[in-house]
Amino acid sequence: MSAFLTYLLNGLAVGCAIALIASGLVVIHRVTGVVNFAQGTFAVVAGLCMSSLLGLGLPHGASEVAAVLAATVAGLLTGLAAIGKPGVTPLSSLIVTLGVGVLAYAVEIVLWGDQPRSAPGLAGSVTVAGARIQTQYLLVIAVTALTFVALALFFGRTYLGKALTACASNPYAARVVGIDVRRMGLLAFALGGLLGGIAGVLVTPMRPISFDTDVTLIVNAFAAAVFGALTRPVVTLAGALVLGVAETMAAGYGYGSHQLEIALGLMIVVMIVQASRRTAISQEST
Amino acid sequence: MIDVRALVVSYGAATALEHVTLSVGKGEMVALLGPNGAGKSTLANTLAGLLKPASGTVEVGGRLALIPEGRQLFPDLSVEDNLMLGGWRSGERDPSFVYELLPRLAEIRRRRAGVLSGGEQQMVAFGRALMSRPSVLVVDELSLGLAPNVVTDLAEHLAALNRSQGLTVLLIEQNARLAFDLCGRAYVLESSRIVAEGDCAELAEDPKVAGAYLGGAIT
Ligand SMILES: Nc1ncnc2c1ncn2[C@@H]1O[C@H](COP(=O)(O)OP(=O)(O)OP(=O)(O)O)[C@@H](O)[C@H]1O
Ligand SMILES: [Mg+2]
Repeated sequence: MSAFLTYLLNGLAVGCAIALIASGLVVIHRVTGVVNFAQGTFAVVAGLCMSSLLGLGLPHGASEVAAVLAATVAGLLTGLAAIGKPGVTPLSSLIVTLGVGVLAYAVEIVLWGDQPRSAPGLAGSVTVAGARIQTQYLLVIAVTALTFVALALFFGRTYLGKALTACASNPYAARVVGIDVRRMGLLAFALGGLLGGIAGVLVTPMRPISFDTDVTLIVNAFAAAVFGALTRPVVTLAGALVLGVAETMAAGYGYGSHQLEIALGLMIVVMIVQASRRTAISQEST
Repeated sequence: MIDVRALVVSYGAATALEHVTLSVGKGEMVALLGPNGAGKSTLANTLAGLLKPASGTVEVGGRLALIPEGRQLFPDLSVEDNLMLGGWRSGERDPSFVYELLPRLAEIRRRRAGVLSGGEQQMVAFGRALMSRPSVLVVDELSLGLAPNVVTDLAEHLAALNRSQGLTVLLIEQNARLAFDLCGRAYVLESSRIVAEGDCAELAEDPKVAGAYLGGAIT
């Protein structure tokens, strides 16, 4: 029973990290209509930066903040490449983000090599109802909860957040009232970078990260985001937690090599269910 | 206030406006009539800076606000948020003067714009445009799809703002009766060109204009 609880809590932490990356996907998709396949890269950039900065002797706190900033800049640069030119369709932009991801491999290998890197996080562990859980995992859960609350407040309460929502809701009308939709799109990409960076900084102490970790991250995050139809953050969070728990349980009970297949399988099932529901709705309305 | 000279606007190979020249003086209310596809909305969007002229010049003195065709609200946001975003350019964040003008909007301020009736949506679009504290207002089809009493109501507000604040108005309309009632001068745009212009009283006498826009052609 306590093993089950440990897997559950660990799974929630893994799900939280997925949720952070997925929330970046959702933010970018909502504002720009682009599915950003470079989203996992932001986490990798942050993780690798953090391990280097800590290795150079920079203290905790400063290293993490700098790493998240680096990911934010990576997000902004990706945005410039993907939507910087006016009149590019979301599909072309999606392909550009794939290209950015591949280009990032080259840069990361030059800078950090191809070996996985780790970084120390919060040490120690605590016992919750008889189950041992590492403090770092609790930190991940707490930071994710705070981040989602901050996101909800930002989009729901602030003028800038509402302007971002307006771009998603009706881009033409946004231009009519004078909002620079392209600039807002770049802001969304930067925010996506920030969210990916937070995820990377939190994940790296849990599992070592290398240049190609982004594939696992993006597949999981995409599965969770598809759950929320790439637009609904709360459903995305729920999807990510389900995924995280399912994968951790699978690993815990001896099916560790099948984690990616579980994510892919769940994603395909969700997509099929959603597609059939959508056809049902459109058939009803005709 | 609005000065358009020899304006050409095209969508790729298709030309939507061909050598259009038009002007609206400060404090004037001018109508723009024309059949579907004539290029009226193209002109509105060009005036609002959303489309680039291929050639010719567009000069607007002061802040211009557009009430776009089909209201174009932010359906996921509340009425109040829609209004507040109307103040993006002006920095106006307090919609209370709009609520005073259109009290119905105060009642529905928390409702999502996407679920409102057509008349309510047009009111929000009107209020949102006013939030930018404009000196020129371009209205693209005020009456489209609205009940006559709603149209009369909005038209009265428009005329009152014109009288009290000297708001300059370019009113794009299919309903020529409404346009002639409100405006002093009018232009007629057909297949990308201005084909008639002048005082509304004179245009109403013009058999071609009257036939096409005052319902004569239907008989
Ligand atoms: N985005 C666009 N891309 C290509 N062609 C367009 C576009 N928008 C309008 N057009 C074309 O330009 C011409 C003028 O369109 P516009 O919308 O300005 O007409 P309108 O006078 O406003 O018509 P309506 O009364 O139906 O609103 C039409 O032939 C239309 O098909
Ligand atoms: Mg039109």
